[in-house]
Amino acid sequence: MNTTVENISSELGRRNFIKVSALAGGGLMLGLRMGVGEAVAQTASATAPATNFIPNAFISITPKGEVAIISKTPEIGQGMKTALPMLIAEDLDVPWSSVTVYQADLNAAYGNQGVGGSTTIPTNYMPMRQLGATARTMLVQAAAQTWNVPVGECTTASGVVYHKASNRSLAYGDLTSTAAKLPTPDPSTVTLKDDKDIKILGTRVAGVDNPKVVTGKPLFGIDVKQPGQLYANFVKCPVFGGKPVSANLDEIKKLPGVHDAFIIDGVTGVKSGVAVVADSTWNAISASNKLQVKWDEGANADQSSDNIAKLAQAAGASGAAALPDGLPADAKILEGVYNFPYLSHATLEPMNTTVLVKNDGSAEVWTPTQQPSAVQRIVAGVGLSNVTVHITRVGGGFGRRLQADYAGEAAAIAKNVPGVPVQLLWTREQDMGGDVYRPAGWHFFKGAVGADGKILAWADNFVPVQGGAFGNNEFSSLKVSASRAIPTGVPTGAWRAPNDNANFWAVQSFLDEMAHAAGRDPLQVRLELLATDQIKGYDAARMSGVLKLATEQAGWGKQLPKGQGMGMAFTFSHRGYVCVVAEVTVTQAGVLTVNKMTAGVDVGPVVNLSAAENQVQGGMMDGLSSAWNPKITISQGRADQSNFDEYKLIRMSAAPEVAVHFVKGDYNVAPTGLGEPALPPAAPAVCNAIFAATGIRIRSLPIAGQSLKWS
Amino acid sequence: MATYQLNVNGEMKTVEVEADTPLLWVLRDSIGLVGTKYGCGIGECGACTVHIDGVAKRSCGTPVSKVGTAKVTTIEGLAQDGKLTALQQAWCDLDVPQCGYCQCGQIMSATALLAKTPKPTDADIDSAMSGNLCRCATYTRIRAGIHAAAAIV
Repeated sequence: MNTTVENISSELGRRNFIKVSALAGGGLMLGLRMGVGEAVAQTASATAPATNFIPNAFISITPKGEVAIISKTPEIGQGMKTALPMLIAEDLDVPWSSVTVYQADLNAAYGNQGVGGSTTIPTNYMPMRQLGATARTMLVQAAAQTWNVPVGECTTASGVVYHKASNRSLAYGDLTSTAAKLPTPDPSTVTLKDDKDIKILGTRVAGVDNPKVVTGKPLFGIDVKQPGQLYANFVKCPVFGGKPVSANLDEIKKLPGVHDAFIIDGVTGVKSGVAVVADSTWNAISASNKLQVKWDEGANADQSSDNIAKLAQAAGASGAAALPDGLPADAKILEGVYNFPYLSHATLEPMNTTVLVKNDGSAEVWTPTQQPSAVQRIVAGVGLSNVTVHITRVGGGFGRRLQADYAGEAAAIAKNVPGVPVQLLWTREQDMGGDVYRPAGWHFFKGAVGADGKILAWADNFVPVQGGAFGNNEFSSLKVSASRAIPTGVPTGAWRAPNDNANFWAVQSFLDEMAHAAGRDPLQVRLELLATDQIKGYDAARMSGVLKLATEQAGWGKQLPKGQGMGMAFTFSHRGYVCVVAEVTVTQAGVLTVNKMTAGVDVGPVVNLSAAENQVQGGMMDGLSSAWNPKITISQGRADQSNFDEYKLIRMSAAPEVAVHFVKGDYNVAPTGLGEPALPPAAPAVCNAIFAATGIRIRSLPIAGQSLKWS
Repeated sequence: MATYQLNVNGEMKTVEVEADTPLLWVLRDSIGLVGTKYGCGIGECGACTVHIDGVAKRSCGTPVSKVGTAKVTTIEGLAQDGKLTALQQAWCDLDVPQCGYCQCGQIMSATALLAKTPKPTDADIDSAMSGNLCRCATYTRIRAGIHAAAAIV
């Protein structure tokens, strides 16, 4: 049995891509840098069949006109495996139906291959279009040369070059040999299509892997099967920072299917733990469950959520937010303390990686990651050389797979079993207990509202559990002071819309409190602030635009009976402008139903309408889900929750209707990304709607567990 | 270790595994059908959903020793001669997946729903599909996909 994840070694153009990219990687670096394409094309013409046109490490065109495009980044559900090739295809000017997309391995020819922070689209939009336009320019030159006519008289459409004056045309496939001999122009000098000529971008293009996804083909890291593969489990101390001292390894080695069991300690970049290697996943897990490990629990063994909350309260009291002096005597002063818990990433595909350590000390890695280069680094750090990284499809990122810890563990384990591929899979319990959590946080707000209903001042003392203040992206009027981070020993990291995912819930909720205290419409108060508050790098007019769009579409202001309410919130997160309006029903007994969420979104021109809409739908839903039920609490230095029975995510029956409205963009200007921006405004919109329905203000997340009863 | 004869997607498969091995891992590691996914191991997420004699079951909680002669259908057994089922086609057309990891389980649950209730209401969908988590929260499109497939079957 050998089900490689994307076995394309014999398929169209792949071999040549590899050669080309290997050449590009050899001292030239970054395939996107100017001049590299030229060198690649020249060398490619010597190594590839003369019939294929391979202008750079991303594109190959066969004489039949088949177009192969490499997608360089991991597909984590954000749609990049489809979107980046769309950008290339647009300016190559070929029909999307002629394109086949292949996943890149990690290779310097492709430049930065990491994904995270909604950065892939803004950083690749122009470079990918330029790659396509470079190839088109060469194909036009090839046609002009063939016909002996000026380049300026030639045009392209759908994979064909035309010379209208003489009524001649040549398909791209007919031009590959000639084009392959031409020098590659500097990508920065080629002309991109104008906004009015855009054909593929902005349409609904289905994900290129959909047919494989819906038929269960091997795609994901967990699906990797290499000949002779063994399966590993790795048990770490449940207390953060703890280490194994000893374990009943001899007993474990005798269990069914177990090949080996050993302690890993002191390996660079790898947490200590006990590894069990077996002939199947189940035998590895089964044997791990019988491990008896003596742990050195370390410094965090007494840590608890209660203790962390006490420290936060103390920090909040000592570093109180201050309102300015000289406020009018009739000003209304408000105070609000907001807090939110740790969260797990809970990607549905748990952390896993497959590593083959060869006898010469080199390593081959198959991994679901957001940062292939980080995987390469950590595997090299384990003491392996020549690390080849194959990028699999990724069963959810959400920031978890920016870390390469699990790949380091897999490499450290595989190093003990040289010559045999080993797949490390974390169980759900290990995944939830070994996360780098969304940091908990506390906000201590004060606000002053004038008798005329104007917001006079507001201030926030933010108490974090990890370093770095949150970006107050929208309000110059909000004065933020951040207390020093509380030391907790709980590992934290980037979680979808890092810094913004819950801090903006607090800000937009307290802003709503002030609007209601002023007896004003929360929309009008927000528009008023947007008219005066200006922050560098942010266009308040665009934000006002999405406020108007979302509220109009949602029917903001309609009269609703008690127990029903609408709430709104807006955030500028990861350069995206999003306003969400939520509509909820709360029964007198306190049962919450979220009926609908409506988003107004401005990220510039939309690359793939289908995927973009999917991101906003899912982002809003994730924002609601993560505010409604789940939390990670800490007792005795470890996470209390270990699986989906205790860590509750939204399900079909609770999922509201969602509506997405985009502001039309100009394709001559690069858009911003969509992985994060729709998430942060969802939770405050819902909590503000709960207040409108019931008069109950949610100041602590999750919502579940708090009484929403009203009479 | 014991030997089991399993009827998977209409083919007899012989496997040698421990008796307590969940069907999930037999499908994935012994038979090589990896469309059935591991997500939680406790029947909470639905990623491992298969049909046992036509009924949607969690393969992570089904020991191989309890399968007997029952007919097991996995996601790989839905499309016949390369032709996608109406649900699979709707999933492609409506571009339901984001990461896609849960979608095989979603489609198996939806297939069982449509077999019993060809024209499901939203309430039917809520009740049949709430055992399947989608971490990307593509519920809007999953619902639309089921309605779209129901409309053409």
